[in-house]
Parts: sequence; structure tokens; C-alpha cells
Amino acid sequence: MASIDIQSIRKSFGTFPVLHGVDLTIRDGEFIVLVGPSGCGKSTLLRMIAGLEEVTSGEIRIDGKRVNDLPPKDRDIAMVFQSYALYPHMSVADNMSYSLRLRRSTKEKIASAVGGAAAKLGLEPLLERRPRALSGGQRQRVAMGRAIVRQPKAFLFDEPLSNLDARLREQMRAEIKKLHGDLRATSIYVTHDQIEAMTLADRIVAMHGGIVQQLGSPLELYDRPANLFVAGFIGSPGMNFFEGRYLVSGDHADLRLSNGTMLPIRKREGLESGSAATLGIRPEHVVLADNGALEAGVDLIEPTGFGIIMHVTIHGIPMKIFSQDRRMLKPGPAIRVDLPQDRLHLFDSEGKRVD
Amino acid sequence: MRSRPVLTILHRLAILAYIVFALFPLFWLLKVSVTPNDLLYSEGVRMWPSRTTFDHYAFVIAHSAFPTFFKNSLIVAGSTAITVTVLASLAGYALSRFQFRAKYWIVALMLVTQMFPLVMLVAPIFKMLSPLGLTNSLTGLVIVYTAFNVPFATFLMQSFFDGIPKDLEEAAMIDGATQFVAFRQIILPLTLPGIAATLGFVFTAAWSELLFALMLISGNDASTFPVGLLTFVSKFSVDFGQMMAAGVLALIPACLFFLLIQRYLVQGLTAGAVKG
Repeated sequence: MASIDIQSIRKSFGTFPVLHGVDLTIRDGEFIVLVGPSGCGKSTLLRMIAGLEEVTSGEIRIDGKRVNDLPPKDRDIAMVFQSYALYPHMSVADNMSYSLRLRRSTKEKIASAVGGAAAKLGLEPLLERRPRALSGGQRQRVAMGRAIVRQPKAFLFDEPLSNLDARLREQMRAEIKKLHGDLRATSIYVTHDQIEAMTLADRIVAMHGGIVQQLGSPLELYDRPANLFVAGFIGSPGMNFFEGRYLVSGDHADLRLSNGTMLPIRKREGLESGSAATLGIRPEHVVLADNGALEAGVDLIEPTGFGIIMHVTIHGIPMKIFSQDRRMLKPGPAIRVDLPQDRLHLFDSEGKRVD
Repeated sequence: MRSRPVLTILHRLAILAYIVFALFPLFWLLKVSVTPNDLLYSEGVRMWPSRTTFDHYAFVIAHSAFPTFFKNSLIVAGSTAITVTVLASLAGYALSRFQFRAKYWIVALMLVTQMFPLVMLVAPIFKMLSPLGLTNSLTGLVIVYTAFNVPFATFLMQSFFDGIPKDLEEAAMIDGATQFVAFRQIILPLTLPGIAATLGFVFTAAWSELLFALMLISGNDASTFPVGLLTFVSKFSVDFGQMMAAGVLALIPACLFFLLIQRYLVQGLTAGAVKG
């Protein structure tokens, strides 16, 4: 196992810049998730660590050793691909042992390593099969088995669960987490699914437009998103936003919406009265109250079983509320809500969080 | 889907008609090759002669230069097929996987070579090969055939490589292979259908090529069988029976070859048609 150091990494395809200087230090045994929408550069970063893309500038160190110019085979890392990339003409056992055979390991060592990995992943009955005779979940497992068989310095995962159905994805997610708990292997996991990021990560790297937006534990990103992008990306359903002007009067403050409505908020240091700002609140933090301060027109009800997602309009602004109150399945044309001040997030005109 | 029997029958009849139409010349070849000479013109047009004979075959094998032609053709077509396939595999892989500066121009030049009618090139090629002592030699033919088949075969192989996900090589390289080892151990086995298709295509093209063989070769020693067939045309007559017998014999290796590779060929020509 090893630590990975990434220093001011940049990447351009031709003249088109994809990564604009990424710094990241991954500790030994840590599970890091790179999360962001398509095209944010997360897969490119992973492929650069693997050695599959050249580094335009900056430095990557694995275990203290600079690897910029090392071919993938000399970096001693394993990777699980979105497509699984199993060798179609080899049996499951041969797929798993290929890396060891390339390294000319002894027969006994190969047998015990493949046996051990197969036992861990429940692949023993499938060892003689070809990949095309496997289900999606089994293929996924073989791809993981191929990675763990040779105890590399780090594991890289490139959206490994996106080709599975929802139920299987949930199950494999838990298995990956359990596997990481057993092996304590340094892992970098790329996904666009914020639930995977939240559930798996020791630390999340939220990326957008080739720039790291925030780096922190899942709950840090959820509780204190650093900017509008992270606030909107983490959490499901997504955060509600109100644009307006931040006005201070005495020792309290308000956000004035464009139609003149004042939403009372906690006073912030470091933001001038009168400047443009965006207020955010998560759907699950909106409080339903008969004597609430705001009236919300109900547009649509989405029951999920676990709770209810209500699409409402407040002062002409569409927003979502998540509630577990079953009476809200038939709420009538309008409800009253409160926006608790300690649950509000405020962002300045550049989208940066203001505390 | 429920199919209506009338439509099915019409469908089958149409296929049958096509097959009969396509195979009829072959049947005629076979028929004439077993018709005794005295019946060839005396019986009128019949589907099968009243009496058959294998005399033509016996004569062709025992008394003509045909075995030499046959051997020459095998050498030329076999060497061409192997050389072209090796070159085209490597070139096709490079075109499919690597980015390099002159790629666009190389592809364009390869396309240009496919544009000219071969007849135009006979004279210059003869001029070039003659001082090198490569006229009237099988080596010369192999070189010319290879040169003419490599561009198309390269495009063919490239399309097969394009059909193999890049992830597979990347996985192999992460597993510890160099790019060449990944090519040899992972990609090449998966391209077997493509290789079979290319081998088959080039083999048949070289096997039946007439123009260059006729122009570059004089004398029976280095003749391939398409040229050899012309020896059955003499000044005053055409010996159809022997010619057809030789033709039937010439079909045998091509048939055997396709029988060997047909399993891969069917896969090969439909590869990439559906998501695997």
C-alpha cells in the first residue's frame, strides 16, 4: 500500500485544457472518491495516475517516487474499468491470474492468490467460465478479483458500478466498502453518483470544470458546501436556491428576493450589505408548520415510500421539500413552511460560501 | 414473430433462385469437365452428358504442366496472403490505436493507390522489376501482389481493431504488459476472425490474379494457374474439357481454405454489427 501525491497537475488535449492544476495528497490506506458531472476531468485525472494519459505538467508521486514517465506496468497499481475490460478469450481464473503470469510468479503462488481472491468474492464456482457466460454482477466481481489478486500499491476504480442495475449497484457498493475495510488499500474511485461518493469515501474530491471545488469528508461537503456547485451536486433531491440581495439592518439580516419579500437570515461577517447573494436550503431541512412564515403552493407530490418529495412554489420560485409526514400525500393546494436559520447556506455573488 | 407460410415459401424460393443463378457457372464447369470430347458438340445443350469420363482430369494431372502451375499458384497466393496479413495487422493496429503526425497523409496516400486501374501500372512495374531480375519469378509476383493488397487489407484490419475496446489493452498494460505484449496476447487472439477474413480475401485475390501474372511471367516454369489455363487455348482450337478439369482442380485449394476459416469468417464479417 502507498500514499499518492499529486502536485499542480494540468492536462490539455491539444490546446484544450481539461485539468487546471489539481493538488491532492492521498494518505496510505485512504478511500478517495473523485466526484463530478461528465467532463469535469475526474476520469482523466484517474487515468493519469494509472499512466494511461500523459501528464501535461505537474507531478504524480506514488509512495514518494515520481511516476510521471513510468509506463502503467511499472506503477504497480490495479484498475477496475467501467466496462470491466475482462479478456473475452480467457477463463475467469486466467483473467485473474494474468497479471501474476506476466510477472512469472510460481504456479503455487498463482493458485493461492487466485483461490484467495475467488473465496473473498464468491467466485469459486465460476473460475472455469468465460466472461460472456457471466452476469453483469459476476463480471464486476471478476474485475475486482483481477485487481485484488496481486496486492498492488493502490486501486483505481473508474465508475465501476455504472453498468449495473440499481439493486446490484447497492449491493456491490457495500461489497466494495467491506473489501476496503478488509484490505485497507489506498483507493481512488471515480463516479458521477453522489450517493456512491457519500457512502464510500473517507474523503470526497468534488470536481467541476477541471478544478477541485472542495475536498473533505462526506459530511463536511454535505453540511458545509464550499460553493454553489458542491451545494447543488451533493444531496438528493438537490438543494433549493433563492437569489436576492443581502441586507443588514442592525444586528440581524435579510435576503430580499426580487419581488421584495424579505427572508430573515443570520448576520454574516465578510459580506457587504446590499450585495447579491444566493440562499440555499436542503429539501429535508424545510420545516412544515401550520403557522409557518411562508406560504408554498403545491405543484406535485412524489411519494418514494420512505418519504415524500413535494414540488412547491414559494414567491414564484420552484423548490422541493422532503417530508416523512404521510399527511402530506394529500396536502391541499397550499401549505405553510419555515426555513430554519441554522439550516440556511449563504453564497456570495461568486458562488462562494459565506459563514 | 409469426410468419405467414406463403411469405416464407416465397422468401425461400427467392433465395433458391439466387443460389441457382450464382452457382450455375460452377455447375457448367463441372459438367463440361466430365463430358467426353466426342459428346461435347454432338449432344446439343444438355444438363448432364449421357456418358461421363475422368479422362480430362487424368490428362491434366499426368501430361500437362498443370501441377507446376498449381504449385506456383499455391506458393504465390500463400506467401502473399501471409505477408499481407502480417503487414496489414501491424499497420492496421497502428492506424487504429496510435496518434502520429503523418497519419492523415499516410491514410490518404493508401487510398490514392486504390484509385488507379491496374492496367496503367503494368508498364512501369515491368520496367522496375526487369533490371532487378524479378520478372519471370514468383518472388516478383509476391512483391507486386503484396504491394497492391496491403492498403485494402490494412483498412480491413483497422476496422477489426477499432471494434475491440481500448479498455482491454489498457487493462493488460495495467496488469503488467507492454503495449506489444498486450497486442500479442490480448488483441491478436480477439482479431482472429479479422485475420481469417483478410487471409481469405488476399489468398483468393492472389490465386486468381491474371493481368500481372500474364505480363510479368513468360514460360511455363513460373506460370500460375490462371496463366496456365490459357495454354489449353491453342492456335486452332480450345480444349474445353481439359481446361474445365483444370479449373475444377484449381477451385479445390480455395474451397479447402474457406472451409478451414469459415468459422472465423462468419464471425469476422459480422463483427461489431451488434453490441457484444
